[in-house]
Amino acid sequence: MALLEASNITKVFGGLTAVNDVTLTIDEGSIVSVIGPNGAGKTTFFNILTGIYKPDKGDVRFNGQSIAGLRPDQIAARGMRRTFQNIRLFPNMTVLENVLVGMHTHLRAPFWNILLRNRSLRLEEGKARDKSRELLRFVGLDDKRDNLAKNLPYGDQRRLEIARALAGDPKLILLDEPTAGMNPNETVEATHLIRRLRDERGVTVVLIEHDMRLVMSISERISVLDYGTKIAEGDGQVIRSNPRVIEAYLGKAAGHHG
Amino acid sequence: MAKNPPHTPETGLWNQLNAWMTKGPAGYTFLSLYTLITSALLITNPRTSLFTDIVFVLFLLLILAIYRSRLDMRFKVGLAVVALGFVLPYFGTLNPYYIDVATQAGIFATLAMGLNVVVGFAGLLDLGYVAFYAVGAYLWSIFSTPQIGNMISGATPVGEGWFYLFIIIGLMVGGLFGVLLGLPVLRLRGDYLAIVTLGFGEVIRVLAVNLDKPINITNGAQGIKDIERPPLFFAPALKALGFNLDNNQLYQLFFYFMVLLVVLITMLVVGRLKNSRIGRAWTAIREDETAAIAQGIPLVRMKLMAFAVGASFAGAMGVIFASKQLFINPPTFDLLRSISILSMVILGGLGNIPGVILGAVLVTLLNLQILPRIAEILRTAKEAGLPIPQSFDPTQYQRLLFGLLMILMMIFRPEGILPEDRRRQELHDHDDEPVEGQA
Repeated sequence: MALLEASNITKVFGGLTAVNDVTLTIDEGSIVSVIGPNGAGKTTFFNILTGIYKPDKGDVRFNGQSIAGLRPDQIAARGMRRTFQNIRLFPNMTVLENVLVGMHTHLRAPFWNILLRNRSLRLEEGKARDKSRELLRFVGLDDKRDNLAKNLPYGDQRRLEIARALAGDPKLILLDEPTAGMNPNETVEATHLIRRLRDERGVTVVLIEHDMRLVMSISERISVLDYGTKIAEGDGQVIRSNPRVIEAYLGKAAGHHG
Repeated sequence: MAKNPPHTPETGLWNQLNAWMTKGPAGYTFLSLYTLITSALLITNPRTSLFTDIVFVLFLLLILAIYRSRLDMRFKVGLAVVALGFVLPYFGTLNPYYIDVATQAGIFATLAMGLNVVVGFAGLLDLGYVAFYAVGAYLWSIFSTPQIGNMISGATPVGEGWFYLFIIIGLMVGGLFGVLLGLPVLRLRGDYLAIVTLGFGEVIRVLAVNLDKPINITNGAQGIKDIERPPLFFAPALKALGFNLDNNQLYQLFFYFMVLLVVLITMLVVGRLKNSRIGRAWTAIREDETAAIAQGIPLVRMKLMAFAVGASFAGAMGVIFASKQLFINPPTFDLLRSISILSMVILGGLGNIPGVILGAVLVTLLNLQILPRIAEILRTAKEAGLPIPQSFDPTQYQRLLFGLLMILMMIFRPEGILPEDRRRQELHDHDDEPVEGQA
């Protein structure tokens, strides 16, 4: 069953068409990658899905309902969470607090209960803490829960961002370059964690990624963007042998060095 | 950016002494003696003097020492009750000047805590905070004096008994004005936000100056006098207990306890909000708006709530202030007042409730007591023939000294005197036992 259907999405910035008529369907319980050279419009596409940008054309349906035009917090509350390409934690909050913030949409205590700090509030806070600790154990950070987020090593910050996203009980999690800047060891661990998101917690995963080994090993489906347009779609085998994909990548790669 | 002091084991003579004095039998003895000696010195030297000033400051710092100590909670609360609930008010009946200083410190502590919700928690720089205080003050001033008759012909002032209700109304009207300020500035950040809030503060003050025509609402620049005071319901009881106090003393005691109560309630409310989903959402917005929205935090609602909560304390305190002063006029609510409250928040420790209260008390003491006293000493020295130029008038230089202190503070301790220490707070959340062996 399709959990997310983005149909004919177009987004124009000034004279630049960042995303051009892209259609993408994501099945519930799958792991899907969106790849493409730098500047292909992947992150813009993520920003449209999560409501940071409104699409100029097209519609996004999530869990059967249209979400195009909703605010980012409304979309997050419906169960779509994300991480950011350049980690965006709350640096001066503790690790545990970061996860608790992720749980915001699930905490319902009314203002008066907070002022009175009554039983129902203490119960809710206690449950939230327990659940946050459980999520931190899931990503392996429980022993660092009282550290400030900014004092964590890089790989831990990435994992904390995932724990925070999980705190909202998402159906879908969008990971924007989850292994960027990681060494090979950390990448292997991250790959393992991403797989566990789906296998152990039943979360559908969409990732933007440049590490092709990771993409090929983990994705059930891959979509390729180039200059804002979807140029290919399919499983790893199909993508690897697609001439347009090869052209897009080699063309770019020759321009840089790597 | 505020530095986070690392948690190193305590070394050095001062730190060892500090650790030794704040816990165990030494701690109990030290604090008890401290309270006893300063209390005795105050009560035996009630006349306003440099000596009494110093003892008074030491006496107020006792509360900080109690707060920082790691002793049994019941002992700490008991000692604070003795100091603030008995010694200080009794001393106040001997010398009204000092209890007025304490009351003003309490008023500013509440304002600083309210502003801290907006600036410290949610990270929204507000330079017009005093506007909400003005709204509360004018609210009670207009409704409790014949001024109401100028505004609505035939209307008569409400009676003194309405005072308590008006504190609640002041709270709500303050909150409403907070939302009014919040709405246009939702999209603004940093410098732009500061400029607009500064403008808002000035608008309210200018309105207070000019709203004497066509309909006389605020009585313009002349201000409003003969503001109603609350009923002294406890006077007969005190008399029955053998205290023969005049009306002035009774009002002073009343406002002192009233303000103390509001400070305690504000502490409780702000502290609880801080450690809740709402406070965490505010902090998240302060840290990174985009990431906060991505967690499902509704930015508009949370920002408006911060403005409303912060402003409501000022609104309520405005009612009490007007009633205490008997007279208010627009210059009471100028930009300098807003900046002064902001300096208390920053000096004390942005975001940290005890720090902000300490900042408010210290700045109030500096402005009302310490700086004037230094000026007086310099003047006396000049008259005694010290080589100070004739044209140098020390009283003129009080503000300069204050500015200098602020600059030095920001250079050497930018995070404030008592900065927010999330780590320690987290640890304290988990256990009610005093935590041993940590700074």
